[in-house]
Amino acid sequence: MSAVLTALVFILAIASFFMARFRAQAISGGVPSALHSRPSYHGFFSFLWVFLVGAGFLITISVASNWHMTSTLLSMAEDGLPDAPYIEHQLIVSDAQALAEGRIASKSDDLRQAISARYADLANVWIWVKVTLVAGGALIAMGVTQRTVSLTWRARNHSEAIVRLVLAAMAIIAILTTIGIVGSLIFETLNFFENLDWRIDKYLFGTTWSPLSGVNEGKMDADKVGAIPLFAGTLMITLIAMVVAVPVGLFAAIYLSDFASRRVRAFAKPMLEILAGIPTVVYGFFAAITVAPLFRNGGDMIGLNIASESALVAGLVMGIMIIPFISSLSDDVINAVPQALRDGSYGLGATKAETIRQVVLPAALPGIVSAVLLGFSRAVGETMIVVMAAGQGANLTANPFEAVTTVTVQIVMLITGDTEADTAAGPAFTLGFTLFCVTLLMNVIAQRIVRRYRELYD
Amino acid sequence: MSEITSHHGSLLTGNDRRLKQRRRAETRLKTYGIAAIGAAGLALVALLSSVMVQASKAVTETYVTLPVTLDTVEIDPNGTGDPKTILRADFSGLTKATLRNQFPTIKGRSEKRALYDLVSSGAAFELAQKVSEDTSLVGQTIDYDFLASDVTDLYLKGVFGEVRQLTPHGTLQVEPDGKTVQLTSSGNDFSVALAQVKKQLLIKAKTTRAKAALQNNGVEEFRRRAEMAETEKDHQKNLKLAAARAKKRDTLLDQAADLERRATGNEGAEELDDDTVSFLVKVGNSWIKLTRVDTQRAEGIAIGPLSAGTFANWGLMVTDLPENARKVSDTQIVAIEQLRDAGAIKQVFNWRFFTSRDSREPELAGIWGAAVGSFWTMLVTFSLAFPIGVMAAIYLEEFAPKNKFTDFIEININNLAAVPSIVFGLLGLSVFLGVFGVPRSAPLAGGIVLALMTLPTIIIAARAAIKAVPPSIRDAALGVGASRLQTTFHHVLPLAMPGILTGTIIGMAQALGETAPLIMIGMVAFIVDIPGGITESASVLPVQVFRWSDFPERAFEAKTGAAICVLLAFLVIMNAIAIFLRRRFERRW
Amino acid sequence: MEQIQSKISAKNVQVFYDDNQAIKDVSVEIEDKTVTAFIGPSGCGKSTFLRCINRMNDTIDVCRVQGDILIDGEDIYDKRVDPVQLRAKVGMVFQKPNPFPKSIYDNVAYGPRIHGLAKSKTDLDHIVEQALRRGAIWDEVKDRLDAPGTGLSGGQQQRLCIARAIATEPEILLMDEPCSALDPIATAQVEELIDELRTRYSVVIVTHSMQQAARVSQKTAFFHLGNLVEYGDTATIFTNPQDPRTESYITGRIG
Repeated sequence: MSAVLTALVFILAIASFFMARFRAQAISGGVPSALHSRPSYHGFFSFLWVFLVGAGFLITISVASNWHMTSTLLSMAEDGLPDAPYIEHQLIVSDAQALAEGRIASKSDDLRQAISARYADLANVWIWVKVTLVAGGALIAMGVTQRTVSLTWRARNHSEAIVRLVLAAMAIIAILTTIGIVGSLIFETLNFFENLDWRIDKYLFGTTWSPLSGVNEGKMDADKVGAIPLFAGTLMITLIAMVVAVPVGLFAAIYLSDFASRRVRAFAKPMLEILAGIPTVVYGFFAAITVAPLFRNGGDMIGLNIASESALVAGLVMGIMIIPFISSLSDDVINAVPQALRDGSYGLGATKAETIRQVVLPAALPGIVSAVLLGFSRAVGETMIVVMAAGQGANLTANPFEAVTTVTVQIVMLITGDTEADTAAGPAFTLGFTLFCVTLLMNVIAQRIVRRYRELYD
Repeated sequence: MSEITSHHGSLLTGNDRRLKQRRRAETRLKTYGIAAIGAAGLALVALLSSVMVQASKAVTETYVTLPVTLDTVEIDPNGTGDPKTILRADFSGLTKATLRNQFPTIKGRSEKRALYDLVSSGAAFELAQKVSEDTSLVGQTIDYDFLASDVTDLYLKGVFGEVRQLTPHGTLQVEPDGKTVQLTSSGNDFSVALAQVKKQLLIKAKTTRAKAALQNNGVEEFRRRAEMAETEKDHQKNLKLAAARAKKRDTLLDQAADLERRATGNEGAEELDDDTVSFLVKVGNSWIKLTRVDTQRAEGIAIGPLSAGTFANWGLMVTDLPENARKVSDTQIVAIEQLRDAGAIKQVFNWRFFTSRDSREPELAGIWGAAVGSFWTMLVTFSLAFPIGVMAAIYLEEFAPKNKFTDFIEININNLAAVPSIVFGLLGLSVFLGVFGVPRSAPLAGGIVLALMTLPTIIIAARAAIKAVPPSIRDAALGVGASRLQTTFHHVLPLAMPGILTGTIIGMAQALGETAPLIMIGMVAFIVDIPGGITESASVLPVQVFRWSDFPERAFEAKTGAAICVLLAFLVIMNAIAIFLRRRFERRW
Repeated sequence: MEQIQSKISAKNVQVFYDDNQAIKDVSVEIEDKTVTAFIGPSGCGKSTFLRCINRMNDTIDVCRVQGDILIDGEDIYDKRVDPVQLRAKVGMVFQKPNPFPKSIYDNVAYGPRIHGLAKSKTDLDHIVEQALRRGAIWDEVKDRLDAPGTGLSGGQQQRLCIARAIATEPEILLMDEPCSALDPIATAQVEELIDELRTRYSVVIVTHSMQQAARVSQKTAFFHLGNLVEYGDTATIFTNPQDPRTESYITGRIG
């Protein structure tokens, strides 16, 4: 239905374009310069209005109708079975919709049939509302814009103003995304904390993480939502990753920017780019299938008990993933150090090593710090490697050979687990919000450092 | 300060110790750099080769060619010739019967089941389809290529350890003795076998000692806790735990000692069971599995027909892995080896992997469904992210006034680029699935989420490309009376397009490999059907990789490797296009 | 026998960037304790030639140098010569002041530290003070030696860079258009300083300003399109040039 309406709007808009253009040509009487705007702009102006009005109505009414029908049907289901949990209401409604559309439902009973009938009625009404408003709106826009065509009408200026508005709207999508992220995360987080009777301290400082085991009539057990083991696990894996990635990435960047011949650079830079382009799920596979058994067997050989999902392996492989990140960012900032400073140092008889250590690196330090921060934030938010190679049980330990779990692993487990979505969403979104805040903070700091650094040398 | 004449000394001979030291420091730094690049390269090589090694086991698939009698009574009793009736016939039973006929001597429920497991459960269905498409086959006996199961396939590829052929030196005497068979070799053959078993005993003794050491750690830990215990109750509890551990440790130590005694002694027969290596003796057409070896003689049970007598020409085989540690049983090995001897096994290139949909059976599973899902998802992502990204970039670069609000948009975009991908998944879950009612698991939902994720990359790249167009071009266009918008769309955008496309392709390549957000919106479900549109449930390539890597079957490891190769191939193609665009069209102003 | 032993002696020097020849067969003898100016239109190779004297061109991958440059009779392109040691002996000051983003003290102490010239902290303090005095900037910075060098004015920065170069006790100072980024007052201060430096070092200065060459140098070399056209006493070059190209340049017809 929506596809048909979209096509209709589009066809109307195009028709309007040609009609307006024709009108403009007719008015000009074959003298194009008599018009303020070229005929095509009259057409384009008309096209824009019809299309925007039609598409706007279509989207608004679709969302509204969807929302209205779902809430009506859900309240019907609630009235029919007041004691059933929310998820069952949802199931009943989706069954009823399936029945109405002639698809196969999981079950059919009186309540479902009743809701189904109501759904069919509502859907029927809404379809007519949709068709009337969308087509009507588009036609009105068509009529109005046809009448505006005249010799003096500044169609070009007006269409350009509309286009400019559309462009600005697209730029604002970035803000809407952020609002969407923050809004959805905060909403669920507040729900979750309310569930805990606002014992946020229990979440931030508790040491037992088993949120779903303590669910009782929708209330969470505040003693089982302590996220410290998750934070500790995330931190440990991230630190191991940084211990691998920072020295390797930094030395590689130093070598590539100041020592390497063109031949080496031509080979090593693409190599690092390949490393950066490999999807993280592949790193996860590598960690789980190759590195973890290697470490476990190696550990056995020298008498160390290394778990097959050890923090060490996850951190190591994540470190490999971060290497190109650190090296390319550091390479940028090292290259941004002006050649004049290097020349000054060489001119005094310094060796390359002395120049790098005492002049280039101190000058590039802010940039390197921000690269490390960004790498750190990347590692904290990385999901696939830890899902595939780190543990799942919340285990508070300082031993890197043991399995630990991370924030992202728990989010994935909660969302993909068997627990009903509503219960699992609370802790999952709260973890997500924590993750978002931490990474955002680090990014903001890193960007501020970089900006100050740029101002210094640009 | 003294007079300054040539106090620096000769440049040719004056290389003092300090200078050498400084040069060494330089060499050191250079070495670190080379080591770092070497380490990164090594990691890349290790990663790629580990994927390749896995994938290499999925390059071919195995077929078992067996004569199958398509009995009219079984398949189409009424002689209707109707394909639908034929499809409903019991081809699965027919396949089993065919296998039983091939190995008439294999008896017993579990043995038979092992036999059935040689061919894929999908083979019967394929046979049914073949017959229903060509009903003239009914009533004939044809040689049909049954798709082998993953166990057969992997055994033939050597995944379950190798089966090594030992060269026998003596002649073999076979005497049936009730259920078992007594074997005697005139050569030294069985003592060689015995030595192998003893070697294994030693290894086992070593691991047992390691286990005992772990228990001993426990003993010490609990003793320590007992010392530290604050209450008498705790003290006693820990002491008890320590005692239990000590007992376990002592048992293990005893076991280890026993194993070592058996391993080092010259004499003594050894029983063979599921935990030891298997020995198979092949005499003529019959196979004997050894259950007990001594220095001169051995005892075993026959698999298949048995002929007594003395044989000069016989074979002794040993498996690397004990039966418990491999998926393929001894019976199956014998059956496969017999089929191989009969030339009934063939391996062909695995086209099926590229053309078939997902399945729980590794030998049937293919990548096509996920590839189509990825295609739909990328289509949605591209058609949203590209226009929005380019328009946003045009606005920010060409039209936006420099004020707090546009600064805010800019900071926003930079921050979005660094938001963890899983958070975008949560956004998709709660907003697009929850509020807007986008269908779960559908490419539409995945595409929207990935589009939002890719947007910052595209905007940043597009802005850079637009910025690189020199102002003189704009001045020229504005100078002949074009409006700002005309200037932008007629002159600036076409010149910036190669750069924008390059950035877009790189962003799309990232999106193609992205997994975590799609898991959040339910694309991780098991989906067999190939998606026909953007609103049907679908899987995508990276999620397929994730799902398969999680399955316990060894064969799925190979499939995962192969799926990764497909994914990487797509990424390589996309990046190659990006590099081509950059090289071909990029202008330096 | 030569009357004056020349400090730097270049013979048939040719410099290539990839396949482009930047210096064509230049031979020149530069005397000790004099200021020698290299003049010529931009792109004539004067800076390139200057950078050959302390092998700064080594840092550019594509650059090749042929011919001999001798300092105190030793070939500086000899395999045994370490450019690091050479540059300690031949200091350099660049076109744009380039103090390190460190304190004024650390800027000047950098050279002595890497070359190990000071035996103690007091020794180093002494060297720094001496260098800053000779760089004619001591009085302006003595109270804020810990302040960052980048916070000084342009002229002060350039004098700091000169002080930094002096601190390693070089015998030759190369200056690559040291005043081009400075205002007239700062230029005058630096020129004055160059004149003082002549008593201790041989100074080679590249400049695009003929007036400056006339003011500070005793000898002048005129480069054109990679050739050394004319070399001689500054007074002679400016009053009575031998080559028509030199005359065109100093009268402002080419350049």
